[in-house]
Amino acid sequence: MKLFVESAAVLAPGLTGWADSRAVLAGEQEYQPAPFVAPAAELLPAVERRRTGSTVKLALAAGQQALSSAGRSADSVATVFVSSGNDGDVINDICTTLAGSDRQVSPTRFHNSVHNAPSGYWGIAAHSQHPSTSLCAFDWSFSIGLLEAATQLQVERTEVLLIAYDIPYPMPFAGIRRIEHPFGTALLMTRHCTERSIAGLAIELDQSPKPPSVMVDAMLESLRIGNPCARALPLLAALARAQSATITLQRNAGQTMSISVRGKTPGTEVQPA
Amino acid sequence: MQPLFLNRYAIASSAAIGLEATVQAIKNMRSGLAPCNFETVRLDTFAGQIAEPRLAPVRTDLAPFDCRNNRLAQLCLRQDSFEEGVIGAREKYGPARVGVFMGTSTSGILETELAYRRRDADGMLPRDFPYATTHNTFSIAWFVQSYFALAGPAMTISTACSSSAKAFGNAARMIEAGLCDAAVVGGVDSLCLTTLYGFNSLGLLSPVACRPFDGERNGISIGEGAGMVLLEKIPSPSIPNPVALLGIGESSDAYHMSSPHPEGLGARIAMEGALSNAGLKPGMVDYINLHGTGTRSNDATEGKAVCDVFGNDVPCSSTKGWTGHTLGACGAIEAIICALAIERGFMPGSANTRALDATIPVHYLLTSRSEPIEVAMTNAFGFGGTNCSLVLGRVSA
Repeated sequence: MKLFVESAAVLAPGLTGWADSRAVLAGEQEYQPAPFVAPAAELLPAVERRRTGSTVKLALAAGQQALSSAGRSADSVATVFVSSGNDGDVINDICTTLAGSDRQVSPTRFHNSVHNAPSGYWGIAAHSQHPSTSLCAFDWSFSIGLLEAATQLQVERTEVLLIAYDIPYPMPFAGIRRIEHPFGTALLMTRHCTERSIAGLAIELDQSPKPPSVMVDAMLESLRIGNPCARALPLLAALARAQSATITLQRNAGQTMSISVRGKTPGTEVQPA
Repeated sequence: MQPLFLNRYAIASSAAIGLEATVQAIKNMRSGLAPCNFETVRLDTFAGQIAEPRLAPVRTDLAPFDCRNNRLAQLCLRQDSFEEGVIGAREKYGPARVGVFMGTSTSGILETELAYRRRDADGMLPRDFPYATTHNTFSIAWFVQSYFALAGPAMTISTACSSSAKAFGNAARMIEAGLCDAAVVGGVDSLCLTTLYGFNSLGLLSPVACRPFDGERNGISIGEGAGMVLLEKIPSPSIPNPVALLGIGESSDAYHMSSPHPEGLGARIAMEGALSNAGLKPGMVDYINLHGTGTRSNDATEGKAVCDVFGNDVPCSSTKGWTGHTLGACGAIEAIICALAIERGFMPGSANTRALDATIPVHYLLTSRSEPIEVAMTNAFGFGGTNCSLVLGRVSA
């Protein structure tokens, strides 16, 4: 399946947006981990912003960043949201309440507990009636989201925004599901090459599993393995380098998929990968 | 879209387990709802609960997946030769060419709810419960994929109450893009404290068995249930003229997290999208299985949207009076009820509904009746303003 990337976003400790992070991801600058600064969900009306937690804010900020870089408006694209599980803060709060004697669950917490809460807030904030889906494939969520976005481009749409995000779970939930740090990313993808395309991708399911791509820098590698959505890093690094590369991502059931990346070099057209 | 055939399907709900029993429950107006006595829940509401003895532990080689939600999935997989159908597809196409697309809202969250009662003196959770294979949202798709030893694309779609309707869209796209030849599509949601107390906090639980489209309706009854479909590009040679998925429409309300758009705008876009995707006109639909949850606002806005698209002639009903609102599973369950209605020539009425809301001018069926159906639509709408409509019917020769 072939598609094109117009923009990418990244939000993680020490990575505060594509423009600031591109050189680090390309290996031109050293990665300096820094405390994560929670992004403001500027897209949301104030009343909704008060009702949302860190997960929704991270997802919306990543999506908004990718759209701004591509110069597209929020109401113009269909969306695919992925994360590796529930919003940990919300589930921790609800399960703590339900284990007590007074089981009064907060109504706002309850509607925020659905896996598609970021998608719902996105629709409200973006005034977008386009279809939106919210998927989960545990540690393989990013690759299944990419596959879904690619099939949408293949069969029914011309642009799709993929948004992937996971944040650490609070204790005691963190004792059974460890996510080391927040990570959010987004890719604005199109079926056809546009004047804004930065790379062409070709995605294939591997017939037999291959070793997954890793990050050369040890600290970026620990970022990659410390958050399921950070498995996107080798692909983001290839986009940052703007050179031809092939990336392998793991899927579930021990399978892998390969992504050929063909980056844009100055003064040239992006070729399909 | 290219029609995709429902070559096998299976259903398990509080109303009935198995296809024939479901048809009989609907024809005989026998509801599965009863006063809620689930676990330690003390709420003045009705629920659609499946009898505990039916929820047998999962196959021993899949023990880490054992939880109420996957037990319910397994119960469904074991009905009406569904297993044989999937194994046949695996042998025919190869394990890597059969995808798994499961919808759920809460997956196996009950396990985590119970684990929080077992926190130790330091407040830590017991380490003996396998979160990833039980509570995690992916658990249900992972379980079904492992159950059949499949290796194609697998995902859980979790968009609240539209989850398993939308799962048909994910499956159809993957098939059309050439990534699979067949798909196991389904929805499973099981009773848990989060949804019972959560909907209670929103004031949406009915103290009586839910009465969709009744003038005195006052909320939902939560049910648990599962629906599974084997979807293929080519019809099964062993089934004469199987029902096919003809169209899918998806939209977002962009209005509110837990209330539908007051004019039913998102619902209308989804229904019109499904018709256009199927290449059909509104007048060609014989029956609509409504989302019809039984809350004041949901039924009123859906009724408005149906009138806007279809006028007020098309027979329609909600089957949630039988099953309760099975949340992430209702899309698959109600698609299967539509398939049964087409195959066996009946239109479901509406269990528990007594006197229709005169302010909603749809052609709503109170009692089930025998009548041929060529094309049916089913609606599923959810929190976050997510909407999905499916069109099912026979493929004309």
